Amino acid sequence: MASLEIKGVKKRFGTQEILKGIDISVDAGEFLVLVGPSGCGKSTLLNMIAGLDTVSEGDIVVAGNRVNDLHPSERDIAMVFQSYALYPNMSVEQNIAFSMEMRKVPKPEREAAVRDVAKILQLEHLLKRRPSQLSGGQRQRVAMGRALVRKPKIFLFDEPLSNLDAQLRVDMRTEIKKLHQRLGTTIVYVTHDQIEAMTLATRIAVMRGGELQQLGTPAELYNRPANTFVAGFMGSPRMNLAPAQLVGAGDNLSLEIQLGERPKARIPLPPQPEPLRAYAGKPVIAGLRAEAISYGSKANGAGNSLQRKVEAQVEVIEPTGPDTLVVLDLGGYEFTARLDPDLTLKPGDRAEFNVDLAKLVCFDPGTERLIA
Amino acid sequence: MAQHRDTPHLAQRKGFPWSRVVIYGLLGFFGLIYLLPLIVMILTSLKPLPEIYAGSMIALPQHWTVEPWIDAWERSCVGLNCNGIKGYFWNSTKMTVLAVVISTGIGLLNGYVLTKWKFKGANLLFGLILFGCFIPFQIVLIPMAHLLGKMGIASSTTGLVFVHVVYGLCFTTLYARNYYMAFPDELVRAAMIDGARFFSIFWRILLPNSAPIIIVTVIWQFTNIWNDFLFGASFSTGESAPMTVALNNLVNSSTGERPYNVHMAAAMIAALPTLLVYIFGGRYFVRGLMAGSVKG
Repeated sequence: MASLEIKGVKKRFGTQEILKGIDISVDAGEFLVLVGPSGCGKSTLLNMIAGLDTVSEGDIVVAGNRVNDLHPSERDIAMVFQSYALYPNMSVEQNIAFSMEMRKVPKPEREAAVRDVAKILQLEHLLKRRPSQLSGGQRQRVAMGRALVRKPKIFLFDEPLSNLDAQLRVDMRTEIKKLHQRLGTTIVYVTHDQIEAMTLATRIAVMRGGELQQLGTPAELYNRPANTFVAGFMGSPRMNLAPAQLVGAGDNLSLEIQLGERPKARIPLPPQPEPLRAYAGKPVIAGLRAEAISYGSKANGAGNSLQRKVEAQVEVIEPTGPDTLVVLDLGGYEFTARLDPDLTLKPGDRAEFNVDLAKLVCFDPGTERLIA
Repeated sequence: MAQHRDTPHLAQRKGFPWSRVVIYGLLGFFGLIYLLPLIVMILTSLKPLPEIYAGSMIALPQHWTVEPWIDAWERSCVGLNCNGIKGYFWNSTKMTVLAVVISTGIGLLNGYVLTKWKFKGANLLFGLILFGCFIPFQIVLIPMAHLLGKMGIASSTTGLVFVHVVYGLCFTTLYARNYYMAFPDELVRAAMIDGARFFSIFWRILLPNSAPIIIVTVIWQFTNIWNDFLFGASFSTGESAPMTVALNNLVNSSTGERPYNVHMAAAMIAALPTLLVYIFGGRYFVRGLMAGSVKG
């Protein structure tokens, strides 16, 4: 059953359209992440689900009920804010119990509920403290506790980790995922961090300029991005994108990559599906992930029939620890390859690299959409 | 560079610290000049009358007495009435407390609405309210007298409370609005999701975090209203007059030998409440005035 349906939702401020018709359906227990660059409308959409912003057009349906005109507190949702938004004048206990107090839940019941939540989030020893006496991670947990205690149908998270330092952010990310696995409640989560989106989501909605770019599982978005924007936004290092010429015909198609008069790189392709064949003789944008390029005997997917050899020049070498990122000059365009850390290459070297074409994607240069 | 870094050692040089003596001497001297009127007032109020006429203003009393204070409070004559200033002191107290509480309360509510429940024209409205801060007292005297008459509260403490509330609202709204501008919106939104409505958000979330600005508005309003003379003289008569007006009448209605000691005692009594408010709230005053002006 759909736990949350967003149907043709638009948002206008004056004549300016901030959201241009969003349709998303979220099943119960899903973890949906809204991701996109700042100003893409993801936070506005979340606020509209929460009831903190009005809907200009379209419907928001929570568990079968249209909630457009309901007060935020009546929508069966709970929200965790970027700044945590803990009430500074109240203790942790009072913060967590505030929503129940507003609903006039009897005191013994309130105390029991606070104890339960404190146990789940390991806040028991902090209940009497004020928010100002807590660390960032503890505040974050209190903010989640305040949402948890209401047992809502949907949790909304508005960039909850962006105020934490890098290490704590990774820990809290795991914490949130654990929580979701344990509770199984639907979550809608807003972030601008694509790694957060990939690690947490069961499905990701990539947004840009008030439009939904693609909605799918992390694997779908990563392997089959709907357009060049999604291809460039998801994944780090970003997907290599280069204009190329599709030459040949039928089962003998090849990609030619060449910038100006630089040496041409030619990659023969395995048999391609019909939509791409139609582009024979035309330009396309070729997209290749960094891990699809390998070097030497430790070739990724070595020996499979989709492996091709291509010559390129090493430009820059960036070791990251577990692997080394190598920027290559391939037909004049920069390609980043994720290679083994014990690499013997030096900048300036020309060498033969292996390209795994299993995950090659091509985009139409005009519409920038995936050719599929 | 090294020499510059050594400069602080100059202060620890052996020998007599003449520069310190000069600095503290000057500070002490000007401090004394600044305090002189107060000293004269206190000394005069503690002397019997013959001593005042006989001796110097700043001489210590030969016979210390609190009789002038008791006289001022219980027996001094304001106009034809010789019951002391205590009645007028209570007039002022009632008027000030009521006007301060009401104007601060409404000002905070205004600030809350203007920042957290923004509506079309909110900024224009705030601009107009702000404009009220610059209207001189004298301009409103006649229309206000007219209005008070129509409302049937002319020449009463209620009327004075009304005038002070109306006049003070511009300032209290300004203070509260600027303070609440810096108050995080996310707290209000979190409270909304938690089920709090208009008044419970104000009462449970904003008010408990407003101590600095409440202290500022209370001090500001208290001193202005307590010290006001013009409105008091214009909109009250006889028994309903506030302390400031009574003090003026007291000084003007004594005949023959002027009882300066009683006048000084009465003036001290009149000044005492604002003095106490400053002493107890003063350090919050500056802190509160600065609040919101610097982020973080």
